[in-house]
Amino acid sequence: MDWSPFIISLKTASLAIIVTFFIGIFSARYVTNIKSDKIKSIIDGILIVPLVLPPTVVGFILLLTFGVNRPVGRFLLEFLGVKIVFSWIATVIAAVIVSFPLMYRSARGAFEQVDKELIMAGRTLGMSEEKIFWSVVMPNALPGVASGGFLAFARGLGEFGATAMIAGNIANRTRTIPLAIYSEVAAGNIRGAYVYVIVILIVSFILLFIMNYFTYKGKKY
Amino acid sequence: MALFVSIKKKFKEFDLDVKFKTDGKYLGILGASGSGKSLTLKCIAGVETPDEGRIELNGKILFDSKKNINIRPQERKIGYLFQNYALFPNMTVERNIGTGIELSKEDKKTKIKKLINLFHLEGMENKYPSQLSGGQQQRVALARIFAYNPNILMLDEPFSALDCFLKEQLHTEISDLLKLYDGEVLMVSHSRDEIYKFCENLVIIENGKSIHTGNTKEAFKKPKFLTSASLTGCKNITKIEIIDPFNIYAVDWGIYLKIKKKISMHTKYIGIRAHDIKMVQEKNDENIIFCSVVKIVEEMYEFAVFLKANTNIPKGSKKNTRIWMNIKKDEWSDININDEIYIKIPEDSIMLLEK
Repeated sequence: MDWSPFIISLKTASLAIIVTFFIGIFSARYVTNIKSDKIKSIIDGILIVPLVLPPTVVGFILLLTFGVNRPVGRFLLEFLGVKIVFSWIATVIAAVIVSFPLMYRSARGAFEQVDKELIMAGRTLGMSEEKIFWSVVMPNALPGVASGGFLAFARGLGEFGATAMIAGNIANRTRTIPLAIYSEVAAGNIRGAYVYVIVILIVSFILLFIMNYFTYKGKKY
Repeated sequence: MALFVSIKKKFKEFDLDVKFKTDGKYLGILGASGSGKSLTLKCIAGVETPDEGRIELNGKILFDSKKNINIRPQERKIGYLFQNYALFPNMTVERNIGTGIELSKEDKKTKIKKLINLFHLEGMENKYPSQLSGGQQQRVALARIFAYNPNILMLDEPFSALDCFLKEQLHTEISDLLKLYDGEVLMVSHSRDEIYKFCENLVIIENGKSIHTGNTKEAFKKPKFLTSASLTGCKNITKIEIIDPFNIYAVDWGIYLKIKKKISMHTKYIGIRAHDIKMVQEKNDENIIFCSVVKIVEEMYEFAVFLKANTNIPKGSKKNTRIWMNIKKDEWSDININDEIYIKIPEDSIMLLEK
């Protein structure tokens, strides 16, 4: 029994959700504040794309971007000495890109549902935009933002296609649980796959339970 | 101390085109729902931006499209009481009141405490807005604005979110609290009673346009326009034809009336308030009309009697509009439907209206 996929998956999903959470919130805030509806829908479309593309296509595009013979990949390799492709960090990049739209969409929906008059009231009371966002908009959007975070975490944990494309399936390095399940089945070892599947099922149920608890729990205000 | 507003803004539904200035402490903005009253307040507060125009408060320009000036709402120092109070649901009463205060921690605490006492909110410091009644929420919202020392107070339909019983009680309570504020107060309402009670001057807005500005009592007594008459609660309005400078024909009722003041060519309608019409016995007087009773509605303190003038079919109008007469209960004499009675429309109670 190889435990490394658990460790790798947990590390990947945890780092990915931290990155996704903040990028998601900031892009949601940015898009919410765009005044022109046209520009808003264009930017929204671009940010949502990873959700509708097949993960293998996302992985393929990432491979084109970060490949060592490509400008971005070469730059990172030559100037920073970092090789992204087939490294652990590639699993994080794949998870971030694929889970980002879920975080962004949930946060944006939650922000837009906050009563506009609360924001106006904050402005007429002299609160700075920054203060209004953190002490009025965020607390009132929290259930939606949190559920977006859980969805994104679950999506990152289950990421397969893009990870396989850009990070490969290297045991002890980039083999996450979904890839381990695939490898076991491909090798004809169904019993080995069971353990990984059960772990994923348990984690997913716990996540959904926490998420619903957060969303439906009677708010104290 | 004065507010000057002259703004225009295009919307899908209508164009806002409002112009007025304050002159005295209380100014009421009267208009039907959706006529642009709240939008006007939002433009003054700076949370909406007009397309063009100028807004000036106490000599300071807040907005001027020609000079490209648009002061941020944060720097306008305007106390805006939103229709639903816009209390922050995630903050306690204490924190809500404290949002606009920029003082040291100690001073802030003392100030909040003072306001809590002033607005009778003792014991609610740590409650959330959803745990308060409508009246309490309103007091918290007012306290939050007072804490901010605004240059002007703007109240958006301050009583609309409250039920009738509370409303009466709060009218006096709020007017006592408002006395503590020594700046100008702008009050938006669709209720003529509230405007009449609170405001010396008023602006009447219809479909985004300010159609009348002036003294409130004057406007109620002698409205100049058709819409001001109906917004100030005039029940009887009819189209007229001018016969000679002192005689008119009320088209919708099919009757001839004498008027006291010389009529101008611009007069197209007349209005008569329901309580100005009197039931009479003698028939040989001016403006006596023979009518039959169509309908009687008993209200709390008076009867509303709907009448139809017994004349030939009115020319120029297909409808024969009812005349609405109010009779106080202690002046009530037994009248029944289909009775025929004489009423007098006093010459000086006829309001000449322009379109």
